[in-house]
Amino acid sequence: MAVITDFSKNQVGLKNQGKEGFENMTAKNLVFDTKDLNLWYGDDHALKNINLDIYENEVTAIIGPSGCGKSTFIKTLNRMVELIPVVRISGDILYRERNILDKSFKVEDLRTHVGMVFQKPNPFPKSIYDNIAYGPRIHGIKNKKILDEIVEKSLRGAAIWDEVKDRLNENAYGLSGGQQQRLCLARCLAIEPDVILMDEPTSALDPISTLKIEELVQELKKEYSIIIVTHNMQQAARISDKTAFFLNGEVVEYTDTNKIFSTPSDKRTEDYITGRFG
Amino acid sequence: MEKTFGNEEKNLNVQELIAKNKSTVSFGNYVEKLIPKALLLIATISILTTLGIIITLLTETIEFFKDVPFVEFFTGTVLKPLGQNAQFGVLPLLAGTFISSGIAMIVAIPIGLMTAIYLSEYASDKVRRFLKPMLEILAGIPTIVYGFFALTFVTPLLRSFIPALEPTNILSPGIVMGIMIIPMVASLSEDAMSSVPNSMREGALALGATKLEVTWRVVVPAAISGIVASFVLGISRAIGETMIVTIASGSTKNFGFDVTQSMQTMTAYIVEVTGGDAPAGSTLYYSLYAVAMTLFVFTLIMNLIARYISRKFREEY
Ligand SMILES: Nc1ncnc2c1ncn2[C@@H]1O[C@H](COP(=O)(O)OP(=O)(O)OP(=O)(O)O)[C@@H](O)[C@H]1O
Ligand SMILES: [Mg+2]
Repeated sequence: MAVITDFSKNQVGLKNQGKEGFENMTAKNLVFDTKDLNLWYGDDHALKNINLDIYENEVTAIIGPSGCGKSTFIKTLNRMVELIPVVRISGDILYRERNILDKSFKVEDLRTHVGMVFQKPNPFPKSIYDNIAYGPRIHGIKNKKILDEIVEKSLRGAAIWDEVKDRLNENAYGLSGGQQQRLCLARCLAIEPDVILMDEPTSALDPISTLKIEELVQELKKEYSIIIVTHNMQQAARISDKTAFFLNGEVVEYTDTNKIFSTPSDKRTEDYITGRFG
Repeated sequence: MEKTFGNEEKNLNVQELIAKNKSTVSFGNYVEKLIPKALLLIATISILTTLGIIITLLTETIEFFKDVPFVEFFTGTVLKPLGQNAQFGVLPLLAGTFISSGIAMIVAIPIGLMTAIYLSEYASDKVRRFLKPMLEILAGIPTIVYGFFALTFVTPLLRSFIPALEPTNILSPGIVMGIMIIPMVASLSEDAMSSVPNSMREGALALGATKLEVTWRVVVPAAISGIVASFVLGISRAIGETMIVTIASGSTKNFGFDVTQSMQTMTAYIVEVTGGDAPAGSTLYYSLYAVAMTLFVFTLIMNLIARYISRKFREEY
């Protein structure tokens, strides 16, 4: 409860959000808990009775064939899916025990805590510095010193600081695709969210940039909870703690990544993982 | 087998046909080569016309400055073209032009920009489909109608608030010019804002930005070069506008900043003098050209500023 309303933590606690997390490591807290979540695009039933519980400081991978509802699912977690006018949703999504589908839940508050990195890098047509400072600024942080600190910390967090530290005032569009994606990640980190949603963040990147993002995810999960959509089985196996396999809008199997890739309990999961369909 | 063969034959025929056509279209080739030259010629015509206008303006303006010293023209606060002691100071006309344009922009920029923001970011499809044609109707009204609107509706209306307002004054045509320019500013700015990619809006929304923050801090900055261009085009339009000011602002050559008074703009002066019979070769006649030249130079400066601003503030995406 406190987490949602306590903005001070996000704004002042630049240094060690992780500490608190470490103490709770043994008994992991629930971040998201969906209950009978259904979603329709018009008459198209895109998510069917989704019941997933997602834990703190873990990487949760979402896999499944194209069109099975992966993007739709993670976009419901920060309610970006509502930007599409034909969408109807039923069920509950509990974020830190509060139902985000409740009309009284302010969507801007939710997105301040649940950040997102998109499939294609989408920096703003501004300088690198202004891209990172955008989030903190709209949330009322104006002090130049604090902003400088946030920018450096976020860029370091996204492992791009060394590449851009001498060109912070240049337009972000001068960066390469892989750098832009890490910049977008840094932009997301700048407001120190609680959860980071990633929708195929490496699908437009080369293997080296991909590796960098993967290492980052490993690093970031100490402080954040990460939900990542990927088409790359190895990636899911490498970086995630839990994996959910989606098929036609349903969750077929959701369990520890080790288990799902070694001894899947559902035939369809096995078929998909071994590449027999999808 | 047969089918494949058939296909091959067909392919062959097509190739042959192409080859045959190629040999018969040599005339077409000729045209093809001629077209760039013709286009260049046409482009040259417009350039030559512009040059011709500038040269005419210049030669007659030089004649004018033989009668009236340059400094007197640009620093003179009295314009009294007729009678014994004719005086040719352009400042009253400059004041009239810039005050009326200024008023117009004070009206057009905020309303135009807000309209554009509403249309591009907030309006539903249904509302947009209704509002955009309305704007276009506003843009299609002849300026003489706006002139009458200023004289017979806006001025009396304003006089009920501001009793000191003269029957012909610069305020009312300024406001009406602003109304006239709103559709231009709104539709050009809306175009610029609608072409900002959605991924950018999503990027900001995902950080917890409100719709207003996305609009002001992402969409407007990203579209700023188009928006500024619309403002400057609006200003150019206001500076060049003739009918509304001629009808509603009278022909008093006042120098000052009192918007309740009648003032004359450069364009209205040109209308007045060409309407009377200025004997060719007289100073009055040459003054037309000097004023026209001044108008031209100001519009040119405006456009240069616009280009500089829109280049400087362009956000690449
Ligand atoms: N804007 C939309 N309007 C209508 N239907 C949509 C829309 N977006 C997605 N859908 C439908 O919802 C279903 C799930 O789409 P979604 O984008 O979530 O798939 P995905 O699992 O992310 O696929 P991919 O791996 O190709 O990204 C699909 O059947 C798709 O056609
Ligand atoms: Mg997708």
